[in-house]
Amino acid sequence: MSEKFDVIVVGAGPAGTSCAYTCAKSGLNVLLIERGEYPGAKNVMGGVLYRKQMEELIPEFWKEAPLERPVIEQRFWMMDKESVVSFGYKGLEWAVEPYNNFTVLRAQFDQWFAGKAVEAGALLINETVVTECIVENGKVIGVRTDRPNGEVYADVVVLADGVNSLLSKQLGFHKEFRPDEVALTVMEVINLPKEKINDRFNLEDNQGCTIEIFGDSTKGNLGTAFLYTNKESLNIGVGTTLSSMINAKMKPYELLDYLKNHPMVKPLISGGESAEYLAHLIPEGGYRSVPKVAGNGVIVIGDAAQLVNAIHREGSNMAMHSGLLAAESIIEAKHRGDYSEASLNLYREKLYDSFIIKDLEKYKDAAHTFEKYPQYFKEYVPMMNKAMSKFFTVDGTPKRDKQKQIMKSVTSERGTLRVIQDIYRAWKAVK
Amino acid sequence: MSTKNIEEKQYLLRFKCDTKSHLTVLDHDICMTKCPDKLCTVFCPAEVYKWEGTRMQVGYEGCHECGSCRIGCPYQNIKWEYPKGGHGIVFRLA
Repeated sequence: MSEKFDVIVVGAGPAGTSCAYTCAKSGLNVLLIERGEYPGAKNVMGGVLYRKQMEELIPEFWKEAPLERPVIEQRFWMMDKESVVSFGYKGLEWAVEPYNNFTVLRAQFDQWFAGKAVEAGALLINETVVTECIVENGKVIGVRTDRPNGEVYADVVVLADGVNSLLSKQLGFHKEFRPDEVALTVMEVINLPKEKINDRFNLEDNQGCTIEIFGDSTKGNLGTAFLYTNKESLNIGVGTTLSSMINAKMKPYELLDYLKNHPMVKPLISGGESAEYLAHLIPEGGYRSVPKVAGNGVIVIGDAAQLVNAIHREGSNMAMHSGLLAAESIIEAKHRGDYSEASLNLYREKLYDSFIIKDLEKYKDAAHTFEKYPQYFKEYVPMMNKAMSKFFTVDGTPKRDKQKQIMKSVTSERGTLRVIQDIYRAWKAVK
Repeated sequence: MSTKNIEEKQYLLRFKCDTKSHLTVLDHDICMTKCPDKLCTVFCPAEVYKWEGTRMQVGYEGCHECGSCRIGCPYQNIKWEYPKGGHGIVFRLA
């Protein structure tokens, strides 16, 4: 395989496929390399795919892509041991085209999406690990794979090799990630008949619901749990930063079982049959963890570039958009005939000018704040639950007195000054 | 209802095992002398690591390839590679 391509893309997830598709469509000679048996075989996602960034690649993709349900309701739970404070939004504008987002099963979706890149002219090679970038005179000129005589050359190598991105680490674009820069998440797909899902979540056939669960779902550690509706199954999962998992000495699968047996969750999944169990890391270091994203003959996109907004559960959309921006930059670089870092830095400019880095910048202190000050998940969620319970329990106490009692119990637990500090700090982290 | 323990969860999965481990504990003495908690045996989501008194047993066949052990080992004592192309875990759904 010592052929030369315009572009080699390493990894056929949302980022890599998006880049390969866009490059191939504009006539570039593209090789897309995937280490799994098929695209999606190594990929895991809670399950929400946003419409906007996908639509920019393939208009009206929902008419043919393997999707589960359009999400019409998003719920947020602040969960304590035996109670939950919930809020959310349900809107029928999300039940009709063009929709807002969808639940998907990635093994199916990624295969379909990579198929579109192949239709556009990209060459997809599965079951192939890229072991290193071939560097000559400070420039990436190709990749070495684990196939016999497996060197392949290209003007540009795009690293879409996921959260672990051993390749960008090899190039010195980032150091090994710290345990507080990644979240370890485990999930199960639980089969449940369509009628039961519709009844339990108050849905019609082509309507989906997502629930994000904070608080006792992670035993107060920094992280979240989720429960999403597919057509005839549910995705339920939980994750915390790897550092929290280590510090609390939690086994991730025991945390998942704790969630599944939680009295607020159990009735929603009861009678279901587990169909798959999956673990994966999510890059959650945010703005400060984004590595160098362009070098001589090389570009980094998607999870490999840490492009995940954990607060808004956005990742695959950012991956796709970064893949698109990379492709646009490569196409321009080809016109110039210049694949140097200076030329490919156009991608960096586009990325930093897009919603992706703007959003990561907005929340640059959030993860750090919530990790350093665990009271938000550990203390305020239970406090909120107690307050609501007190407020809505009719026991003859006048409402004004109840309000006073609630305020007093909050300030006596944390101290008035500390409560004010906590509120200010949280506001600053997400403003 | 559904699965009860990690063994049952792992049975739900398809693995195409390589004959050679893609995970290597570099120095078992470090686990023995420096790491009383044997943290990888706790946080690994597939219970790949099991301490056997004097050495760490690595059940790489059940690995999800998540990377936690490489990042989470306090002594950078785990060499972590991808399994050979097409091998290792094969997710069928999510």
